Amino acid sequence: MLYAAVATGSFRRYATYRVATAAGVFTNTVFGFIVAYSYIALWDQRPHLGGYDLPQAMTFAWTGQALLAATSLMSGGGIAELQDRIRTGDIAIDLHRPADLQLWWLAADLGRAVLQLIGRGVVPLSVGALFFELALPDHPLTWLLFLTSALLAVVVSFGLRYLVALASFWLMDGAGLAMIAGLAGTFFSGMVLPLPVFPDALAHTAQLLPWASLLQVPADILLGARTGADALRGLLLQAGWAVALLALGRLVQSYATRKVVVNGG
Amino acid sequence: MVDALIEVAGVEKVFSVRRKAGRLRRVREEVRAVSGLDFTVARGEMVGYIGPNGAGKSTTIKMLTGILVPSAGRLRVAGIDPFARSGTGGAAGGRLRLARRIGVVFGQRTTLWWDLPLKDSYELVRRMYRVPDATYRANLERCVELLDLAPLLDVPVRQLSLGQRMRGDIAAALLHDPEVLYLDEPTIGLDVVSKAKVRSFLREVNAERGTTVLLTTHDLTDIEQLCHRVMVIDHGRLVYDGDLTGLLAAGEGERMLVVDLDRELPPIDGVPGARTVKVAGPRQWLAFPAEASAAPLVAAVAERYPLVDLSIREPDIEDVIARLYAGGTATPVAGA
Amino acid sequence: MADGVLETAAPRTERAADAGGRWAVVVHGLRTYRLLVWMWIRATLAYRASFAMTVVGNFAATALDFVALLLMFSRVDVLGGFTLPEVALLYGLAGTSMNLADLLMGSMDRLGSRIRDGSLDTLLLRPVPVFAQLAADRFALRRLGGITQAVLVLGWALAHVDVAWSVGRVLMVPVMVLTGTAIFAAVFTAGAAFQFWAQDAAEVQNSFTYGGKAMLQYPPTVFAQDLVRGVVFVVPLAFVNWVPALWLLGRPEPLGLPPWVAFLGPVVAALLCAVGGLLWRRALAAYRSTGS
Repeated sequence: MLYAAVATGSFRRYATYRVATAAGVFTNTVFGFIVAYSYIALWDQRPHLGGYDLPQAMTFAWTGQALLAATSLMSGGGIAELQDRIRTGDIAIDLHRPADLQLWWLAADLGRAVLQLIGRGVVPLSVGALFFELALPDHPLTWLLFLTSALLAVVVSFGLRYLVALASFWLMDGAGLAMIAGLAGTFFSGMVLPLPVFPDALAHTAQLLPWASLLQVPADILLGARTGADALRGLLLQAGWAVALLALGRLVQSYATRKVVVNGG
Repeated sequence: MVDALIEVAGVEKVFSVRRKAGRLRRVREEVRAVSGLDFTVARGEMVGYIGPNGAGKSTTIKMLTGILVPSAGRLRVAGIDPFARSGTGGAAGGRLRLARRIGVVFGQRTTLWWDLPLKDSYELVRRMYRVPDATYRANLERCVELLDLAPLLDVPVRQLSLGQRMRGDIAAALLHDPEVLYLDEPTIGLDVVSKAKVRSFLREVNAERGTTVLLTTHDLTDIEQLCHRVMVIDHGRLVYDGDLTGLLAAGEGERMLVVDLDRELPPIDGVPGARTVKVAGPRQWLAFPAEASAAPLVAAVAERYPLVDLSIREPDIEDVIARLYAGGTATPVAGA
Repeated sequence: MADGVLETAAPRTERAADAGGRWAVVVHGLRTYRLLVWMWIRATLAYRASFAMTVVGNFAATALDFVALLLMFSRVDVLGGFTLPEVALLYGLAGTSMNLADLLMGSMDRLGSRIRDGSLDTLLLRPVPVFAQLAADRFALRRLGGITQAVLVLGWALAHVDVAWSVGRVLMVPVMVLTGTAIFAAVFTAGAAFQFWAQDAAEVQNSFTYGGKAMLQYPPTVFAQDLVRGVVFVVPLAFVNWVPALWLLGRPEPLGLPPWVAFLGPVVAALLCAVGGLLWRRALAAYRSTGS
């Protein structure tokens, strides 16, 4: 199938960047230590802050580093390329391909994310487990739920980044919007600090926003803050945002396509 | 060789590369990019440096500019050894001093600042090379006039077409009065008009200012129109050094005399030094050695046949060089 | 190209290059750096609105870390035994120095991609040290946003920390900022040298620059002793703020070092810069002989 081939190709392409991956793993690991120690100081003062015990807080810190590359929290991921193609007008060529633009890029992004989930996720999480007491699940089913949640995180992240990229059809300089999106993603995903640690009102709101799907939900499933029905509710929330964002993306895409057809690119 | 501007003696460049051997294993291998390179270029010469891809052209140019340090041998440009450790500026001193005396143009890569208008790039060059005001003004004025740069001066480099950018690059390389100009594929990708403009400018720079020019190219018209001397490199070795005629002889090149007779006749026969290779109606083709003169041949034909018109076709130099490479037996011709 | 220009110009420029020797090369490098920076600033300011937005964005991006600290202090009174103004002091010092160094030479991390696309060679062709050209390349004026943010936090912290100010203590503040900037600049240089043989590893540099900043904004008491030891003795980032700021705050040195160590910052910075410079020269020389 076409989209499977696109995803595999993208996976392979990112697999060739070995040195860059190693460098990224190193950086994620260094930041993992820094974040973990700052959480230790915090939980030392407030042992059950945000409903987490210390091992859970440690797990959150390292999960954040493990998912950072895959969910492209701080960067455009492969989507930056789409933004470039829109800006330069090359997008007109893509639109004439016998493939759906959104599905094409989603497949490519999933291929990239799966590679980075393995390549940049496993080592930091293992190092974290080696040096700190983590609250990792015993049951394989929980791991499966976590991986499902991580993949949904990638799809939600894609939905958001795709919208940002499409905005380049109308904005002269898409860099500003990309920047704002990156900041919102970093802050409201829990990357800066787990959402339950936020002041209560802010925490409740943030839990419902799409960015919570990027880190907070998968991390909570992994460290056991969301179990059973609560875990399923988390997955549903992610799936809901994924569907909503992809649908919105299609809508915007159809407007954008019409614009290209009318203006000739 | 009274005033040798470029002196290359026994220069060698060996790269150590890691090659894939199996899934994970890598083996170190020595690759000899250039070996036993010996030549001199006199002040004011215009030399074509040609060879197939990967033959060692770029490696040579990089060593001549001081970017790349040779593995062995000696090299001096404008009296400067770019790799001398002693002297000012430590290890980089030779390269920095040489940089002021040479101009370099890469056909495929600009040395201008992508986001800045052309004239800002020139201003930067002026300050970096510390070009005296009078010299800068005179040179810029001249380049702007001869290369038609006036309408481009306020345009950011990224908005220039390839031909415009190349002209801009050549001007930038000449603002500081270099004694040597290296051009790496200066006409690649250019349209016919831009090519002609670039060539006539280079001819003028060389003729009027005595700037020594060394150019690599794939376009043999560049060589024909610009260079009296050609050096051919293959597999890191100089396989030919001499003039174009000699190159043709070495490559067993033939020229073609095409004659139109007033009627259809049997193949022309008995003209010494030529053989008829094709007949089509009243038109006949006679092949003769590239280095031989066409005049006695024409006289001999005209004397015995009803000649209406004639033309001489130059040999296809690419064929000649291909033959030279394929043979591998070509003997280097010393000196020019 | 009037007649005779060639004959007069060439010897003159050569004399100029030879006259002052190495010192002249350095001065010419600095001049060119200033010139290139000025060109980039002009190019940046040509698009005012876009520039303003990136400055604000840069401000906001660096402010996120501080928001995290504020959120933490909304739940606790002290972190690792340090109050908010004290932590803000560490944050402001680390942020100001690192962001300054990032402004001055943050483009060094593009060296790897310049080697890959071959554009480093064009820099090597010019009669100016490559280092000066690289450091000034794409000078990112937007980083003023991050610097402003860190300076504001630093100012707030200085007004609120409990310090018995004396002339020496007041002087220590600018010394710390300059020392820190120099230390981070040395790290940027070493990182660039590293890219000569690992062109895709630009991100490793982030561990020491952005990672260093992230670490230094927390008190040393937060971290394991071995980690602190590494930051004092191996990559002496601790001299950016920890060691001198603890002296300023009247707290004991993190590793129980004698108090005079607090004044070693400038010496450490100078040594680090020398090491960074040496690494750079070695790496560049190696690049020129391997061509890869």
